[in-house]
Amino acid sequence: MHPAPSVIIFNTFSGLGFGLLFWLGMGVLVPTGWAAFIWFVIAYLFAVGGLIASTFHLGHPERAIKAFSQWKTSWLSREGICAVFALITMAIYGAGLVFAGTRLGVFGVVGGLASLGVVFTTSMIYAQMKTVPRWRHWTTPAMYLILSLSGGALLAGQIKIAAVLLIVGGVLQIFAWGTGDRRFVEAGTDMESATGLGHIGKVRAFEPPHTGTNYLMREFIHVVGRKHADQLRIITIGLAFVLPVVLLLLASNHLIAALAVISHIAGVLALRWLFFAQAEHVVGLYYGKR
Amino acid sequence: MTQLPPPSAKKLGLVIDLDTCVGCHACVVACKGWNTENYGAPLSDQNAYSGAASGTFLNRVHSYEVQPDQGAAQLIHFPKSCLHCEDAPCVTVCPTGASYKRAEDGIVLVNESDCIGCGLCAWACPYGARELDANEGVMKKCTLCVDRIYNENLPEEDRQPACVRTCPAGARHFGDLGDATSDVSKLVAERGGFDLMPEQGTKPVNKYLPPRPKDVEPEFDILAPYLEPVAQDGTGFAHWLDKALSALPGGPK
Repeated sequence: MHPAPSVIIFNTFSGLGFGLLFWLGMGVLVPTGWAAFIWFVIAYLFAVGGLIASTFHLGHPERAIKAFSQWKTSWLSREGICAVFALITMAIYGAGLVFAGTRLGVFGVVGGLASLGVVFTTSMIYAQMKTVPRWRHWTTPAMYLILSLSGGALLAGQIKIAAVLLIVGGVLQIFAWGTGDRRFVEAGTDMESATGLGHIGKVRAFEPPHTGTNYLMREFIHVVGRKHADQLRIITIGLAFVLPVVLLLLASNHLIAALAVISHIAGVLALRWLFFAQAEHVVGLYYGKR
Repeated sequence: MTQLPPPSAKKLGLVIDLDTCVGCHACVVACKGWNTENYGAPLSDQNAYSGAASGTFLNRVHSYEVQPDQGAAQLIHFPKSCLHCEDAPCVTVCPTGASYKRAEDGIVLVNESDCIGCGLCAWACPYGARELDANEGVMKKCTLCVDRIYNENLPEEDRQPACVRTCPAGARHFGDLGDATSDVSKLVAERGGFDLMPEQGTKPVNKYLPPRPKDVEPEFDILAPYLEPVAQDGTGFAHWLDKALSALPGGPK
């Protein structure tokens, strides 16, 4: 799959923002007044900034309002509704903390859970794709939730929670990669089933339908980007999980915490890039590629 | 609405004969022509006159080499367009309702004025039947020439998809695959028509007819009786020459 920068930025930063909103909503930290204002501005910059970035890959972003209509079947529609609900609920909760210095607990808990709901519905957009066997697995939503929760805890300065979740996340990511590498073959879709010619013999793509490239090949076949996958996996584990945990355990001043956050974000960006670049769509088989 | 309608009795679709297709790409050109000049946004090209040409097509012809365990490889031309699946995954993922399957005849269409160009339907399609037009930013796909097949302004023989109408080999057939007595359904039954990627569970309406098995001729040479070896009785000049040459170092025994 083509790793579109707008979608990678959306997945990374909105995940962090909604993770932070979750911990704020749950009352793990209860700032008031100006402090609360700053916490909520950070959370909204990440969450909303990512959402805005995600509209950059749309052909017609001006029609985005129509995307709220098909929640009965479409995970993208559900994600949009969930995001608006979470952001409004958490804005009311935040206003209570900032202006009145009171914690409207119900809004916090409901908005916090809805924030996780956004992350879950996002992950299901990918996990539902039968055409991309690597994504179609419970580890996809699990990783999205763990990354959001751990990144949010890291931003919220919750060292113990963040450290535990980062360790769990790192182990789960290694498991997801290991099992994901086999899933395309396990799914059983190959050139023989794609063409229905397997009963005759071994199928080879002889001549493509066109001399140049096309939308399908640009969007779904991303061979070049997978070249350095192994190195990027090591960098991802190092930056997203190991280094932040080490930094958190070392000391707890603001500079080191900031370094841990920056390292984690860089690692998650690499992780998201791999999430797309390594995902193989079955349509590539028609071109003799994966 | 992106909820799929209950399966329709009428299932309009194509039957493509892989035995007959000669790979001329006339269907590709006819499709591009009709669908650029008629319903919806035109199918645009980018850098059409350069080395990096690219464009939107609703129908493309691949060519595959198939190597049996024994015997010569076969070259099979393979036209591919939307299969108008019964369980169309492209429809249910659409967030706006732009992508829909018609309850009356099962044709899968895109309402272009509702399409936000998110591309999810193309992700969900295992067949690569949908292409986002780079100029218009909306999703394009085969309409089964819905503006031809019901068009009473056209002569009756033209009321079929442009690809079918133009195919010089008769490799493409259009009809109601929901009706077991239709010509296309009979063709599928007779020739063992099959689905592409059945394991994806999309239940395509379009069917493909397999190439007919190649004849296996016994090894037979019309000149063989006249080319019988003549010196098997071990007499004469040829026999002497055979023995003499075989006696040389390295000669055949």
